[in-house]
Amino acid sequence: MINTIWIVLMGGGILVAAFQCLGLDYSSAAGLVMDPSFTPLTELTKGLFSSAKAAVNLAIGLIGIMALWLGLMKIAEESGLVKIFARAVRPVMIRLFPGVPTEHPAMGAMVMNISANVLGLGNAATPLGLKAMQELQKLNKVKDTATDAMATFMALNTSSVTLIPATMIGIRAAANSTNPAEIIGPVILATGVSTTVAIVMIKLLQKLPRYQIVIPESPPKAGEREED
Amino acid sequence: MFAGIINGVSAVAIPLLMLAIIGHGWYKKVKVYEVFTEGAKEGFNVAVKIIPFLVAILVAIGAFRSSGALDLITGLLAPVTSLIGMPGEVIPMALMRPLSGSGALGIASELISTHGPESMIARIAAVMEGSTETTFYVLAVYFGSVGITKTRHALPAALTADLAGIIAAVVVTQMVFG
Repeated sequence: MINTIWIVLMGGGILVAAFQCLGLDYSSAAGLVMDPSFTPLTELTKGLFSSAKAAVNLAIGLIGIMALWLGLMKIAEESGLVKIFARAVRPVMIRLFPGVPTEHPAMGAMVMNISANVLGLGNAATPLGLKAMQELQKLNKVKDTATDAMATFMALNTSSVTLIPATMIGIRAAANSTNPAEIIGPVILATGVSTTVAIVMIKLLQKLPRYQIVIPESPPKAGEREED
Repeated sequence: MFAGIINGVSAVAIPLLMLAIIGHGWYKKVKVYEVFTEGAKEGFNVAVKIIPFLVAILVAIGAFRSSGALDLITGLLAPVTSLIGMPGEVIPMALMRPLSGSGALGIASELISTHGPESMIARIAAVMEGSTETTFYVLAVYFGSVGITKTRHALPAALTADLAGIIAAVVVTQMVFG
């Protein structure tokens, strides 16, 4: 997918710039006029090089805030703050995932993943999310089909439950914003909307006939061990 | 009033969170300084790791933009998005967001450096970035990791949520900063 997008952006850009080198212009008085010049392509080249440079400057500018944030996260982890948070949100988790036993490891992994997302730590969240999926798969009876709990977990993840958009704040700070954190409030509101829509949609759609789980005709024979 | 509360939350959130994390660490007798620096080491790696993605996508977007190709597409979509007060410059960001996290991040940072971090365009992009996710990537990686091929209602629900998040980002930002 991203390959296609990249080709369209790069190829489309170069072709459009090349086409503009023809300098075609149409007016009712003069008709179609052609005024060829290489300027659009030289401008394009300049733009490409300055974009490449800007990308590295951006990444270097991020180092400080990433280090600060990951350092704090490490303290929260070591002091048990993350676990306390997990316990606090358990009542909500039980309602969201009725198919998952409270003490199942999947619950813990999902809470950790959502906590990391809440704090805006995309990269830290992914390993925890993968762990959660593996645990949820152990509860799954039809191995190639997503369970309700898996779909709910995915919807929560893809709707983003970010409360502290750390990366965005970092980029704004790197761009010399006078108040880089001013977006937190709006982000919390917008996230609230998208997450609510995600949960409502999941709960509505899972009842539709077309999304029902089809259990295979011949269940695994007794004695045959299923693979986790 | 509404904008005041939202600005207040934004101002207080990070200092308060830092105080809570460090305070709790101190209370639990964690060697906060040592642990902090240990975690902070990772910051460099994360920043360096994203350089190739940033270069790739920023250069591609640069090509698309400086050639005038972006103006063509934006011109086509603008009448629709202007109905909700979404500036045309943000359209590429909204299109990219579900497809590529680094791509959307690239567009957002590009908008911030072009229009300035305090512009409405940059603010909408920042809020959109913070309140939506890379749906296709997350679905592919998470479901792929356990061999799920029938994803049922996960994708339609996730895409609806993305659309809601994009519209909410525009509306809320206009309300708070407009």
